[in-house]
Amino acid sequence: MTADNNTTFKIDASGIYYRDLNEKLRELIANGTHNIELINICGQRYIGTDLDKPVNIDIYGTPGNDMGAFMNGPVITVYGNAQDGCGNTMNEGKIIIHGHAGDITGLSARGGKIFIKEGVGYRAGIHMKEYKEKKPVLVIGGTAQDFAGEYMAGGIMVLLGLNLREGEKYPAKFIGTGMHGGVIYLRGGVEDYQLGKEVGIAELDEKDREILNQLVAEFCAYFSYGIETIMNRNFIKLYPRYLRPYGRLYAY
Amino acid sequence: MDNLRHINNSFNDDKVIDACSIFGAMNTSGKRFPGTGVIKAIANMHDRGNGLGGGFAVYGLYPDYKELYAFHIMYLSSEGRKETESYLGENFDIVHMEEVPNRKTAKITNPPVIMRYFLDVCKHQPDIALQDDYVLQAIMHINTTRKGSFVFSGGKDMAVFKGVGYPEEIAEFFCLEQYEGYIWTSHGRFPTNTQAWWGGAHPFSVLDWTVVHNGEISSYGINKRYLEGYGYHCTMQTDTEVIAYAVDLLMRKHKLPIEVMAKVLAPPFWNDIERMPDKERKLALALRQVYGSIMLNGPFAILVAHHGELIGLTDRIRLRPLSVGEKDNMVYFSSEESAIRLISPKLDKSWTPMGGEPVIVRLKQESRQLPDTREEAVTSGR
Repeated sequence: MTADNNTTFKIDASGIYYRDLNEKLRELIANGTHNIELINICGQRYIGTDLDKPVNIDIYGTPGNDMGAFMNGPVITVYGNAQDGCGNTMNEGKIIIHGHAGDITGLSARGGKIFIKEGVGYRAGIHMKEYKEKKPVLVIGGTAQDFAGEYMAGGIMVLLGLNLREGEKYPAKFIGTGMHGGVIYLRGGVEDYQLGKEVGIAELDEKDREILNQLVAEFCAYFSYGIETIMNRNFIKLYPRYLRPYGRLYAY
Repeated sequence: MDNLRHINNSFNDDKVIDACSIFGAMNTSGKRFPGTGVIKAIANMHDRGNGLGGGFAVYGLYPDYKELYAFHIMYLSSEGRKETESYLGENFDIVHMEEVPNRKTAKITNPPVIMRYFLDVCKHQPDIALQDDYVLQAIMHINTTRKGSFVFSGGKDMAVFKGVGYPEEIAEFFCLEQYEGYIWTSHGRFPTNTQAWWGGAHPFSVLDWTVVHNGEISSYGINKRYLEGYGYHCTMQTDTEVIAYAVDLLMRKHKLPIEVMAKVLAPPFWNDIERMPDKERKLALALRQVYGSIMLNGPFAILVAHHGELIGLTDRIRLRPLSVGEKDNMVYFSSEESAIRLISPKLDKSWTPMGGEPVIVRLKQESRQLPDTREEAVTSGR
């Protein structure tokens, strides 16, 4: 069986166990299906895990933990909220969430892009990493809770704070604790006490602006925002002050 | 103690995706609702547990015996039961007693005997202000001295149903679909440090306080010793037990408001305390000095309930998840948002609270009678 590129395969996931669902997805994609729609998703874990083709998966409902874990290519769009561990160690592909996401969003990601319309929970982007052209991206429309960018080793995180009222502060503390690679672009500003001690603050340079503009444009395309309303505020760049903070701890 | 273990896990799972599950629901108008939704929701998080413990707490459960203390007691020996029942007869008026209704199911094997007693205390302790303490002492006496007898709950118009099994199996065993309450909490267990037995399942309870917990309390030893000084004795072999007693001590005995209790259990960091306004800082420092031994160390997400209130709290760096959802008069707490959406798809509001900040749900129009001193102690929290 080979599927037409334009047809969408629809699965009503009510009551389907996560292992059966993921097995079905593997089978469909192996058979050449390009567009899949999952309805009534409710807590099934690991959706999209280990899929390695650039297929489209649209999800209606609330996917379970570790959605897109280890995935390598698919574009997952969630019309709802995601739970914890979304994009865990993903290698390539995109995750677009039309809502909020839970804790440890994008943990250990090594490539691909994640766009979240609203906020995320604790430890977003923890230990994201990069190597040569592999550079994961996490764009958060709302705010993050504590430990955003913890132990970040690479990649790009963008925090837009679009839900903050005039003069309201980001709720997160310990931002970038243990950060030793990558960059965080943060719209508005934060107080020093909100940052991990490994983090420095800088103005964006030309190259930063170019990257940020592209990512914000993509964010706006997904969630129908005007670019100007986002770029009308100042951004700061958070960077790791040391690439090897503990380089001399054990060997010197 | 070898009789305590009623393990019925024969799965030998090779896949461990662990973490306990907690779920709670409250109707803020006090309207009672059946447990079917809560059972469905906790069952949706089946994979977080491993069948070694499940349980429920229900409030507004026994309207016919509202004014009486409802004791749910598990017996592991008939000798212990005889002793306990004669102790109850001597120290209370037993208005009604019966086995907690249950049905034979394929999944729950070798259950212990679980009885319930509706007890009048008035003749034995006429002073209303002292009745809770009288009952607390009786509970501790039974748990510590009556062989193989354990009080699962002993509050008014509420009870705990728990045992070894997945929560949905425990619900089926205890026929929970037949009950109604205005607060339900539930738990699916993945035991980390201690053996699975019926007394070690959640919720843990004393008087009308109940606690369900995902995480582990590494300060259990120091907390336990501290509580012993106040007459609380841990007999259930599970860390969560200290939280139930801590809450009773802090809120009922020491009359701390919930917001202050939360700062005792999950105190702010020292560097946060330094930045606080003067009055708030003094309170935070005093709490750390006075209550250092009852601070909870280790990861936790807990739901604490008693009549009129349901509270969600996580440790201050939220090492365990907690989602909150609101729809009209209903407020839900869950380890996973999907479990809430399963039974209430169109929420008015859903969010994850910051670590260490309690989410307090109260009955509407209910004004707790706070003495002035307590108002004074309330922090200017968010």
